[in-house]
Amino acid sequence: MNVVIIKYNAGNIQSVLFALERIGINATVTDDPLLIQAADKVIFPGVGEASTAMRYLKERELDKLIISLQQPVLGICLGMQLLCDYSEENDTPCLGMFDKVWIRKFKAADPQLKIPQIGWNTITGLKTGLFTSIEEKSYCYFVHGYYAGTSDYTIATTDYIQLYSSALKKNNFYGVQFHPEKSAKAGEQLLKNFLSLSL
Amino acid sequence: MLTKRIIPCLDIKDGRTVKGTNFVQLRDAGDPVELAMRYCEEGADELVFLDITATTEKRKTLAKLVRDIATHINIPFTVGGGINSREDVSVLLENGADKISINTSAVRNPGLIDELAKNFGSQCVVVAIDAKIINDKWTVVTHGGRTPTTLLTIDWAKEVAARGSGEILLTSMENDGTKNGFALDITKAVSKSINVPVIASGGAGTMEHFTEIFKMADADAALAASIFHFKEIAIPDLKKYLAEQKIPVRI
Repeated sequence: MNVVIIKYNAGNIQSVLFALERIGINATVTDDPLLIQAADKVIFPGVGEASTAMRYLKERELDKLIISLQQPVLGICLGMQLLCDYSEENDTPCLGMFDKVWIRKFKAADPQLKIPQIGWNTITGLKTGLFTSIEEKSYCYFVHGYYAGTSDYTIATTDYIQLYSSALKKNNFYGVQFHPEKSAKAGEQLLKNFLSLSL
Repeated sequence: MLTKRIIPCLDIKDGRTVKGTNFVQLRDAGDPVELAMRYCEEGADELVFLDITATTEKRKTLAKLVRDIATHINIPFTVGGGINSREDVSVLLENGADKISINTSAVRNPGLIDELAKNFGSQCVVVAIDAKIINDKWTVVTHGGRTPTTLLTIDWAKEVAARGSGEILLTSMENDGTKNGFALDITKAVSKSINVPVIASGGAGTMEHFTEIFKMADADAALAASIFHFKEIAIPDLKKYLAEQKIPVRI
């Protein structure tokens, strides 16, 4: 299986690479359009800031390439957020695959609720083959200060400050807010599920 | 619901796990990768590796160890010890560390926090603060507790949060190694004064101590070393106990 991780100026690419290695997959990290287009599966990771990441993608015309992809694509964390319409993080227009989905900043009335959310939280309302063999209320590892509200694209939800989308799907595009590469057994299962998706 | 995290800490010297009392009297506690894998299996939420040799010559060994850990464990881990620059951080992140922690170097050069947060994101920058009571005031100490500073712990915590630290690892040098419980007062004071998660460290000896630090001091995570290494408390037992105390934990 030919798995490509899109290389750009965002963190956690190595972590994703190692997580795939642990399940026996040697992925290629690249920003070469031809290699990305030729892949069986594409992972669009990311930890970082939205406007900087979008600028980088545009400069290399990766923005158009990503939304034109036909094979299964998995956006992780910032990768998922960038697949949405817009992010409040530095007022950033994003790729628009998950249309009408806006990324908003967590606002907590209770100072006990720290922002960003860092740590293990549960995922519920699991839909689609991405969550095959993953139990409702499984724990996943989250690190984020911005969130996607719920919509028709929601395939998993999580509760922190309010209920929000912890996973989205539209056509061949999947996105997860948590880090499957760091989410122990549930995360490993999700990566395996993604790799075995067919169109 | 977001859970409270249990974080075993592995002090690393020359590639082995060691543990001492108040940073001295080191005992060998085994192979770090093996121990890390055991903790993963047992349900640890995260791991912290602190390289206490951290000389320039040894740093290459650390990078190799980090890579070895990254290829074996599937939960987040932080690496600290002797990190002085963006380049040091870059090497560790490239080898698979999720977060890095800085301590003495942040006190010496607070701008380093901003630089790291800007370049790698706040999510991977943990500032470790070692605190000790000096003249009745919780004061920041550095160099593994040997060097006092003029900084007050609360002021420093506010400053590092403002500069972009994603989390604060707060160790009470008064409690570290004593097994008499965490420092509740300073942990609570720090947690209340900043809006980033606080990891409490130093003094864990019983399961009740964990209940206290979560319920009475608002810690977001608790870190301990020897009680886990020497199997005085097993992580699954601890989590079961905390769940019974109505503390949200990942089981």
